[in-house]
Order: sequence, then C-alpha cells, then structure tokens
Amino acid sequence: MRRLVVALALIAPVPLLAHAIGPATRQPVNWTAIGLFALFVALTLWITKVAASRTRTAADFYTAGGGITGFQNGLAMAGDYMSAASFLGISAQIFSDGYDGLIYSTGFLVGWPLMLFLMAERLRNLGRFTFADVASYRFAQPPVRSFAAVSTLLVVSFYLIAQMVGAGQLIKLLFGLPYAYAVVIVGALMMLYVLFGGMRATTWVQIIKAVMLLAGATFMAVMVLAKFGFSLEALFARAVAVKTDLALATGSTPGEAATKGRSIMGPGNFIKDPVSAISFGLALMLGTAGLPHILMRFFTVPDARQARKSVLWATTWIGYFYVLTFVIGFGAIVLVATDPSYLEDGALRGGGNMAAIHLAHAIGGNAFLGFISAVAFATILAVVAGLTLSAASAVSHDLYATLIRKGQATSAEELRVSRLTTLALGALAVLLGILFETQNVAFMVSLAFALAASGNFPVLVLSLLWGGCTTRGAAWGGSIGLLTAFGLTILSPAIWVTILGHAAAPFPYTSPAIVSVPAGFLAIWLISLLDTSPRAAIDKAGYPDQRVRSETGIGAFSASDH
Amino acid sequence: MGSDEQAIARVRSDPRYAALVRRRSRLGWALAALMVAAFLGYILLIAFDKALLAAPIGAGVTSVGIPVGFGLILLAVALTGLYVARANGRYDAELAAILADARA
Repeated sequence: MRRLVVALALIAPVPLLAHAIGPATRQPVNWTAIGLFALFVALTLWITKVAASRTRTAADFYTAGGGITGFQNGLAMAGDYMSAASFLGISAQIFSDGYDGLIYSTGFLVGWPLMLFLMAERLRNLGRFTFADVASYRFAQPPVRSFAAVSTLLVVSFYLIAQMVGAGQLIKLLFGLPYAYAVVIVGALMMLYVLFGGMRATTWVQIIKAVMLLAGATFMAVMVLAKFGFSLEALFARAVAVKTDLALATGSTPGEAATKGRSIMGPGNFIKDPVSAISFGLALMLGTAGLPHILMRFFTVPDARQARKSVLWATTWIGYFYVLTFVIGFGAIVLVATDPSYLEDGALRGGGNMAAIHLAHAIGGNAFLGFISAVAFATILAVVAGLTLSAASAVSHDLYATLIRKGQATSAEELRVSRLTTLALGALAVLLGILFETQNVAFMVSLAFALAASGNFPVLVLSLLWGGCTTRGAAWGGSIGLLTAFGLTILSPAIWVTILGHAAAPFPYTSPAIVSVPAGFLAIWLISLLDTSPRAAIDKAGYPDQRVRSETGIGAFSASDH
Repeated sequence: MGSDEQAIARVRSDPRYAALVRRRSRLGWALAALMVAAFLGYILLIAFDKALLAAPIGAGVTSVGIPVGFGLILLAVALTGLYVARANGRYDAELAAILADARA
C-alpha cells in the first residue's frame, strides 16, 4: 500500500512524498533559505508591479496579450510542470529504489509529444483564452462551456488542495516554519501575482522558477559527476557498493546484500501488475494533455508556429531535467546515505523527501542548501498561480462572460469577475489547505489527472478531429468520462480500502484511466452517433469550416484585444 | 460573406491544402503512434521481463535499462524536434503560399 501511495504522490507536481513517507518533521528555522526565498518573492513582486501596469484588457490578464515567444512559453510550461515532486519526489525514489525513478520520469514526459502531434497547433488556431473556446467552437455554447468550466474547476480544485497541503509540509521541512504560516503565505502571494499581474506575472514567475530549478539541478549533477571523473559507470558502481554495504550492515548475508545492491540498477517493485501499470501510464500521458492550466499556456503565444516551438522547448527542458534528477538521486545514494550527519535512526533526517536537499548541503554547504530550499518552495508558488489563473478564467470567461452575459460583458467587467474569483479561490485554498493538513491528498491528485484524461482529453480530440461529434456528444460524453473516473477512483483501493476501511476494493487497479478514458471516448462517439437533434446537424455542418480554421489559422484570435 | 469565409472556401477547394493537411496529419499520427508504442512497450517490458533491463552491459554495473530509459527520453525530444522542424519549415511555407493565393 505504501508503494501505491508513493506512486500516486509522484504524479503530483507537489511534494506529496513528504506525506507518504512518514510525517514531515519540523526542521530548525533555516534563515538562508528564507532570505533567498524572500529575494525571489521580491523579484517576482516587482515583475508583478510592471506587469500590472500593462494589464488593462481581459486578453492581457488571461494570455499576457499573446506576446510570449515560443522559447519563453516553453520555459514557462516546463516551470509549470517540473514540480517539487519531480525534483524531491523522484530523486527520493531513486535514492531508495534506484532505477524505478526513471520509469516515472518517462511517464511524465511522453504526454508532451502527443500534445504537440495531435493538439498544439489546432488549439492555438481555435482558442482564445481557455480550452473551452476550442472544445465548444462549433457547438451550442451553454452545454459544452458549462461542461468545460465545471471540469476545469474540478481538476483545478483537487490539484490546488494538494498543492496547498504540499506547500505546508514542505515549508515545515525546509524553512522550519509552522504549517499554517506556509499555507497562508502561499495563498497570499498567489493572490498577489494573479490579481495584479495576471498571466504576464504568472508566466514570469514560472520562467524564473524554471531557470533557477534547471540551474540548481545542473550544478548538483555536475558536482556529483565531477567526483567520479564524469563517468556514469563509476557513479553507478559506487552506488551499488554503498547499497551492498548498507544491506550487509543491516544483517543480510553477503549473497543477499549483493543482490540488494545490484537491484538499484534495474526495475524493482514499481510495476507488479501490467494492467495497473498501463492504466497509470495512460493517466500520466493523456492527463497532461487535458490539464486546463497547461492547455491555457497555448493561448499566450501569437501563432501555431510559436505554439509548436513551446512544446519542443518544454519537452527538451523537462527531459533534460529528468536526466539530471537521475544523476542527483544516485549522487544522494553515494554522498548522503554514507554520511551519518544526514541520518537519524538509520533513516534520512527530515523524512524521505530530503535526499536532494541533503545532497545540496553535501556539495554546496549551507548557502546552496538555502538556494535549493527556496527553489523548491518557489516551485509551488508558480504552479499554484497557474492553477488559480485557469480556474478564474473558467469562471469569468466561460461561465460569466460567455454564458451569463452572452458575450456582452466588457473587458473591464470580465476582469473584475476574474479578480473576485481569484480572491474567493485564494481564501478557499487557504481554508481547505488548513482543513486537509493531516489528510492524505495523494488520491486527489491522481483524480485530477484521471479526470483530465477521461473528460477533457476525449472532448478536445474528438471535437477537433471528428466531424461527427455533436454538442450533446461532447457535453454528455465528456461528463460520463469524468463521472467514470470519479466513481472508479472511489471504488479503487486508495479510497475504498485505505480511507473507507473496506476489506477489498471493487475496482482493483491503481488508476481508473484504463476504463474511464475509453469510456469517455466511447460515450462521446455513441451519443453523437445517436444524436438526431436539429442542433446535431448544425454541429456537423460546422466541421469543415472549423477544420480549415484549425489547420490554417485563418481568423485565429491574435490573443489580444484591438 | 466576410473575407475569412471567402478565404476558407478557396482554401477548401485548393488541392494543395488537402494534400498538405493529409501529409501533416499523417506525420502527426505516425509520430504519436511511435511514441505511444515505445512507452507502452517499455512498460510491458518492465512488467514481463525485469531481468532483461536489469542485466549489466559488459563487465560494468550499468544495466541495459539505463540506455533504454534515457533513450526513451531522447526519443520523445527527437520526435518532437522532427515534427517542429517539418511543420515550421516545409509545411508552414506551403501553407503560406496557399493562404496568399486564397486571399489574393
């Protein structure tokens, strides 16, 4: 069971591992880290001030006026995606089990190429502010937009709660501050960025954070490799020797110890049954292409060309980052596991998540430890700001401006609603973050990914690529995908057994995706096929025109108000 | 009829457009299939033959799984790069020509 929770925790861009591997013990107050973090906050708040002076229209607020380049957007996407969980969680996983961490990394990465091949340019050509613009392009607006807005709010809420709890755990771990302080600080800063700076400030927070994280991780990996003459083989050999010695010290026979040492070089316990593994892989792969805050980033670039470049840069940076993480994890085996000053009763001081943090200290002393801690915390801020912005857009653009005001709302009115939503969301996030402190939130994150993969992804793909898709099919079929994912998650071991205390789970697999993704696609297809309403005829007749627009960008919103 | 509608009608009847979209989507689907197949193949290999990936390469400790895993990451970046090079290069140039004619 522990492994399941770890597996779920890892798909979250939050340091849920702190939660999964024992409680996060509060550390002594880390003033260097707090100082560096304050510096990061000061810099980003200054950017927010500059951005605020240039945020006048709704387009500025949602999409930074569409003026972000492909390279910048790629970094910001990477910043949104390379999380504290990837960094702390995967390096901790490698620290304890070796090779298995690489399996997670690849799962995280492969959704990006798919998003490029099937969706990126079409999204950019049809969308303006939110992915609902694309999903509802040729359909009746109320049903499809309501579906998209509700699904955005669901996915974002589950994610956001997990982020807030993760932030609290992490700050306790890294800064030595009490949990509630952390949650309030994160909530307040996130509101400041989004309220005043909108997408422009949020983008720059993500870019700066991505650069800091990549620079910090590169430094760590290079320092580790330098100790082994830049030979991976030498690093791996030493790590195997260390693991063998540790096994000997805990009473294994020499034969067992050698096997344990060797085990870090191959796949271990992560994948036991292939069905769970594939289901989990599907959720990772397709969920990425259905996350509202990631999709929203496609509307910040001027055209399809830059949208494609964004994905190439994002994939490159994220792939590079995962290779670094692998080296860092092995570096921690060699440098941290052998140093008693990082250990406490035979385990890592501060919990399993601390492998990379201790390694930072081992190679760069207190100053670098502070830097890496500040980066880890900045990471959460960036992700939380992006999430809030996408939820605020769903409310103000999809629900308020398009549905309630039927497109008659002025830019200023729409802006006011998004800011009110941001305030409400910020308050709610802090409240829920404090309420859920002791809850295991891993299932919420797995749910967010599964919902995105089973609802948003099928609706986007079929509305973009299948002329037979109708309003009814998209709205109802998408909802069925969402509900199936939701229901099966409740019936899965993570909730049915662990939380509700039943003996056996009706749905035995880790992730619902293997059933709920096909269910979503099938429902949309079947309902569209059976749909003989007058609206269905309009929907189908609109496809050829939509197809040309999506392929050529004719009439594409330039993502700015004129 | 607005200028966009006219342009769309012209683009739709342009055989070069149909050919371009066909080639671009064929490339996209082929690369997507390759990526999914590689990833699922990797997962299935792990599920059914862990020993193969854990086997050392030559006399060292580095296992077969290391180049396979890193290779998958490289493959993701390479396929992405291939698509962007083709789409932003040749296809965009062809599209620009079609659009220029449609708007002329």
